[in-house]
Amino acid sequence: MADTAKPKGGGTARSTGGRRRSRKDAAPSIADEQPKTLLEYYRQMLLIRRFEERTAQAYTQARIGGYCHLNLGEEATIVGLMTALQERDYLFTNYREHGYAIGKGIHPRRVMAELYGRSTGVSKGWGGSMHMFDTETRMLGGYGIVGGQLPLATGAALAVSYRGGDEVVMCQMGDGTTNIGAWHESLNIASLWNLPVVFVVINNYTGMGTTVEKSSAEPELYKRGSAFRIEGVRVDGQDVLAVRDAATDLVERARSEQRPFLLEAMSHRMKGHSVVDPAKYRTPEQVEEAKANDPVASFESQLLEAGVLTEELKQEIADSVRDEVTDAADFAENSPHPDVATLFDYTYATPVANESRRMPADPVFAD
Amino acid sequence: MTTSAPAARGERDGRADGAAPARPAVLTMQQAINRALAEALAEDPRTLVFGEDVGRLGGVFRVTDGLQRRFGEDRVFDTPLAESGIVGLAVGLAMNGWRPVPELQFDGFAYPAVDQIVNQVARMHYRTRGAAPMPVTLRVPSFGGIRAPEHHGESLEALFAHVPGLKVCAPSSPAEAHQLLLQSVRADDPVVYLEPKARYWERGPVPDDGPAPPVGTSRVVRPGRHATLVAWGAMVHRCLQVARLAAEDGVELEVVDLRWLKPIDADGLAASVARTRRAVVVHEAPLTAGLGAEVAALVQERAFRSLAAPVQRVTGFDVPYPAGPLEPKYLPTVDRVLLAVQRVLEF
Ligand SMILES: Cc1ncc(C[n+]2csc(CCOP(=O)(O)OP(=O)(O)O)c2C)c(N)n1
Ligand SMILES: [Mg+2]
Repeated sequence: MADTAKPKGGGTARSTGGRRRSRKDAAPSIADEQPKTLLEYYRQMLLIRRFEERTAQAYTQARIGGYCHLNLGEEATIVGLMTALQERDYLFTNYREHGYAIGKGIHPRRVMAELYGRSTGVSKGWGGSMHMFDTETRMLGGYGIVGGQLPLATGAALAVSYRGGDEVVMCQMGDGTTNIGAWHESLNIASLWNLPVVFVVINNYTGMGTTVEKSSAEPELYKRGSAFRIEGVRVDGQDVLAVRDAATDLVERARSEQRPFLLEAMSHRMKGHSVVDPAKYRTPEQVEEAKANDPVASFESQLLEAGVLTEELKQEIADSVRDEVTDAADFAENSPHPDVATLFDYTYATPVANESRRMPADPVFAD
Repeated sequence: MTTSAPAARGERDGRADGAAPARPAVLTMQQAINRALAEALAEDPRTLVFGEDVGRLGGVFRVTDGLQRRFGEDRVFDTPLAESGIVGLAVGLAMNGWRPVPELQFDGFAYPAVDQIVNQVARMHYRTRGAAPMPVTLRVPSFGGIRAPEHHGESLEALFAHVPGLKVCAPSSPAEAHQLLLQSVRADDPVVYLEPKARYWERGPVPDDGPAPPVGTSRVVRPGRHATLVAWGAMVHRCLQVARLAAEDGVELEVVDLRWLKPIDADGLAASVARTRRAVVVHEAPLTAGLGAEVAALVQERAFRSLAAPVQRVTGFDVPYPAGPLEPKYLPTVDRVLLAVQRVLEF
C-alpha cells in the first residue's frame, strides 16, 4: 500500500490528471502474478543477497579495499525499482550501489571486479565500490558525496527534455540525503522546469548513526516534495511487488506527464553503515526488527506458502545463484590490476603541457 | 589562559594525589585530540563541538568519543547531514560570542562547505572591521594513507592556505595534535585543523597543557647538516624514515615539521637551509600549485645565497586521488624522497 502526498495548491498547470492506475489502491498480491515473474524477482533478490555477503567476506579478507556499503536488507526495494525502469531509462545512485548496478543490468562479474579494483571492472578498477559508471546500461554513476548525484540526475533529465526524449531518470538516495542543500536545489529545479526524474529515497531510518527523527524536521520524507509541488508516495520497501507498482506508476507518469515525482521506500539496513561499522549505536530491538523484516526470507516463505516455490526449486535457485556469485568472485580474483602507467590517463581529454608526470626518473614509472 | 592546575594534571595522569608531575601520558593521536577537545570544553563554556555523528556515535574515528556524555547535548551535538549548514552555523554562533569547533567528517566532504569557509568564515572579521569575531576551529580528518578512495584521502592545505583570513595547521604526532588543537581553539582567528588520519592510531607521549610555541612556528624534529626535509602531517613520519635510512649511508638529514601551513615559518625554513644548504619538500597533495611551491618560493627568497641546489618537491601526482591499490604509488614513497635527496646532494 502506498501513501501519497499530493502537492497542495492545485489549479496550476500540473494537476495530477486522471492517469492513476487502479491497482495502486489495492495491495498487490502474489496470486495475481505469473509464477515465472515471481521466481525471477526472487532469484534477483537472492542474487543481490549472496553477492553482498560475498562482498563482505572478500572485504574482510582484504581482497576489497576502501569503504564498502552493502545493500543487505534493500533487496526487495532494488528489484522493485529496477523492474520499473525500461532499459533506456537512466539511473543515478549513491555509494550503496552494488545491487543497483546488478539490477540495472551490469554483469555481476564486472561489479565484483570493480570492487576488487581490477581493470575488468565496470569502471576499469578506478571507481571502486562507490563509483561505478556504465554508459551501456545507462547506470550513470554511484556517487560517494552524499547528495552529489541529485543535481547531476536533474541535469540528465534536462538533457532528456532538451532532446524531446521519452526516457526517465531515476535518482536514488538515502534518507539522510534529504537534508543537504543539493536536495532542495534539485527538487526545485526539477519541478520548476518539468523534468522527467523520479527521486527515490531509501528510508532505512538512519544516516550512519543518526536517525531520521533526529535529522529531518519532516520525518515523513515523501511529504518533503510538497514544498516544490512534487507529488510524493511512500511504499513498503520490503515488498517487491508494492515497490514495483509504485515505482512503475511514478516512472510512467514522469514519462507521460514530463514532471518529477518522489518515492520513499521504507527499508532496513541489516548491517552497519559500511562493512567496518559494528553499528553499536543500534538497540537490540532495532537489530531484531531488521532481522524480522528480512525481505528475502519473507518473500521466500510467501512463495513457498503460495506453492510458487518448492523446496526443490528453492535449492535449484540457490545453487545457480551461488554459482553465479562464485563465478563473479573468481573472475574478479583472476583479473589484472590496472597498470600504474595509466595513472595519468584521462585526467584530461586533451594533452596537457607540463603535467606532473615529469619527474622522469621517478621509480613509479621505472618498472 | 591555561587550566593546568597541578591537581588537574595529576588526575589526568591517573594520579589521585596530584603531587609531583608524572611522566606524560602515552596516547594515540586520536586520544590526544579527544583530550584536547575535552580540555577546551572544560576551560571555556563558550566552546561547542558539533558535526555529523560526533555526539552519540563519538565520530567515525572516535575522536569525539565520550564528549557528549561528559559535557552534555548542549555542548556536543549531532547535526543533520549538511556540511555547508554546519560551517554556516559556526559563523552565526561565533559572531555571537561562541567558540565553535565543528567537525567535517572527511576531507572530501569539506568541499560542499567551501562556500561558507571561504566566503564567510575567512572574511567575516575583515569585512566587519573586527566587529564579528570568528574564533572557529574547523576539524577535518584529512590526508591519505589508509587505503581509502577519493573524498577520503585528500589534502586540502593549499586550498585553504590560499584564502586570506584562514589559518591552517596539521599535526604530526599525538603531542603536536594536542597542543595545536588547544592553540587553535584558543586563537581568536579561524583555524582549519587538518588531522592526518593515517597517524590516528600511532602512540606517543602527550605532555600536559602548558605554554606553547607561537602560532606559525615550525619545529626541527631531527637535526642534520646535509639537507633539509620539509613536511607536515603524516609525511613527517615518512621523512623521519628517510632520514634514518640516509644516516646509514652517512647522510645527515634535518627534518622540519612545518605544522603551521598558514602562516608558514619562513624564518625557521631559512635558518634550517642556512645550515644544510639544500631542501626537499614532501607533501601528499598534487604537485602543481601545492604548498611545496610556496615553501620553495620562501626558501629561495629568504635563503637564496645559502642554496647549493634547487629545492626539490616530492608530492602526489596531478591526478584525482586514486583508488586504494594505487595509493602507495601515489603517495610520496621512501624511494622517491631518497631520489630527491640524491638530486640535491649531487647537483
Ligand atoms: C557530503 C557528504 N557528507 C558526509 C558523508 C559521509 N557519509 C556517507 S554516507 C552517510 C550517511 C548517509 O545516510 P543516508 O542518506 O540515509 O544513506 P544510507 O547510508 O543510510 O543508505 C554519511 C554521513 C558523505 N559521503 N558525503
Ligand atoms: Mg539511511
